[in-house]
Amino acid sequence: MRRLIQLAATVLTNPHAANFLGGRIYRGGLKNFCAPGLNCWSCPAATLSCPLGAIQTMSFYAAGCTLLIGLLLGRMVCGFLCPFGFLQELLNKIPAPKFSLPRRLTRVKYFLLAMFVLIGPVLTELNAPTFCQYICPAGTLEAGLPLIAAHEDLRNRLGSLFALKVTILAAVIVGSVLVHRFFCRVMCPLGAVYGLLNRWSFWRLNFAADRCVGCGRCRQACPIELDPTREVNSAECVRCERCVEACPTGALTCHTPPVKFPLKRPPTVDGS
Amino acid sequence: MMRLIILTAAAAMIIWGIERGELSAIFAKATRVCLECIGIG
Repeated sequence: MRRLIQLAATVLTNPHAANFLGGRIYRGGLKNFCAPGLNCWSCPAATLSCPLGAIQTMSFYAAGCTLLIGLLLGRMVCGFLCPFGFLQELLNKIPAPKFSLPRRLTRVKYFLLAMFVLIGPVLTELNAPTFCQYICPAGTLEAGLPLIAAHEDLRNRLGSLFALKVTILAAVIVGSVLVHRFFCRVMCPLGAVYGLLNRWSFWRLNFAADRCVGCGRCRQACPIELDPTREVNSAECVRCERCVEACPTGALTCHTPPVKFPLKRPPTVDGS
Repeated sequence: MMRLIILTAAAAMIIWGIERGELSAIFAKATRVCLECIGIG
C-alpha cells in the first residue's frame, strides 16, 4: 500500500513527463504551490515548486507551508510522499552489501539546513539558493541531467560546479544502495525540518507500553535502525510503519491523536 | 500548546508571505530554468 502511495505521489508531482523530450519545464499556475517532498522545480516533469528552493528565496510563504505540512504529517512526507525518498528506497533494493549508519552522521543534515538553507542565501548576493547550487542531488538528477541532455547551450556552460554536483549525486546514489535512505538520514534539510516537527505532528506513531511483550520485532523491522519502543517519535523516523506491521500485539499504531471535545457528564442512576 | 503555536506561526507566515507578493516571486523562479539548481549558475 505504501509503495502505491509513493508511486502515486511521484507521478502526481511529476505528471509532465513528455517535457523531458523537449527539455521544457511546466509553467502553469500550480507552480505557485510547494510540493511536500523534495522535488526540483526545474525538473521538466514537475508540477509544483520545490519547498527548499522557495525557502532559500527568503520566502515566508514557503517556510509557512513547510511548517504547516510538517505539523500535519511530520516525516510521513518522507516515508510516503517524497519522490527522492522513493527513489532511494528503490536503489536500496539493488543487491549489494548493506551497512548501518553511525548515528552521529544524522546530525549533518541540521548543519546543512542551517548553513546552506538558512544562512547561506542571506550571505550571498541576490539570495542565491546555496543548497541547490552546491549540494542538491535531486536537482542534478531531476533537472540538471535531463536539461543538459536536451540543450546544447547548457552543455557549453558546464564547469567545475556541475562536476561537483555530479560527484555528490554519484556519492548519494552509491550511498543509497549501501545504506537505507542515505540522503534522507544524512543530508536532507527538508527531512531535518520535518524531523524536528515529528514530536508535535498530528500524524504520529503511538506506543502502548502495556501491550508490548518486548519481542524486539519492531526494532528488527525498522530500516532506520531505531527502537520504536524507546524513540517512538524520533526525528529520524520516516513513518514507514514497518514497525506497526511487525508488532504482533498492536502496541504500535500510527494515527492522529483523538480530537477531544468537552464531554457532558454521564447521567447518574438517579438522573441527576 | 506547542501545536497551536506552530500552527499560528505557519498560518501567519503564509498570509504575510502572500501579502508581500511572494507568490509571484516563487512562480517566476519556478517557471524558469534555475541554473543554480542544475549546477551551472
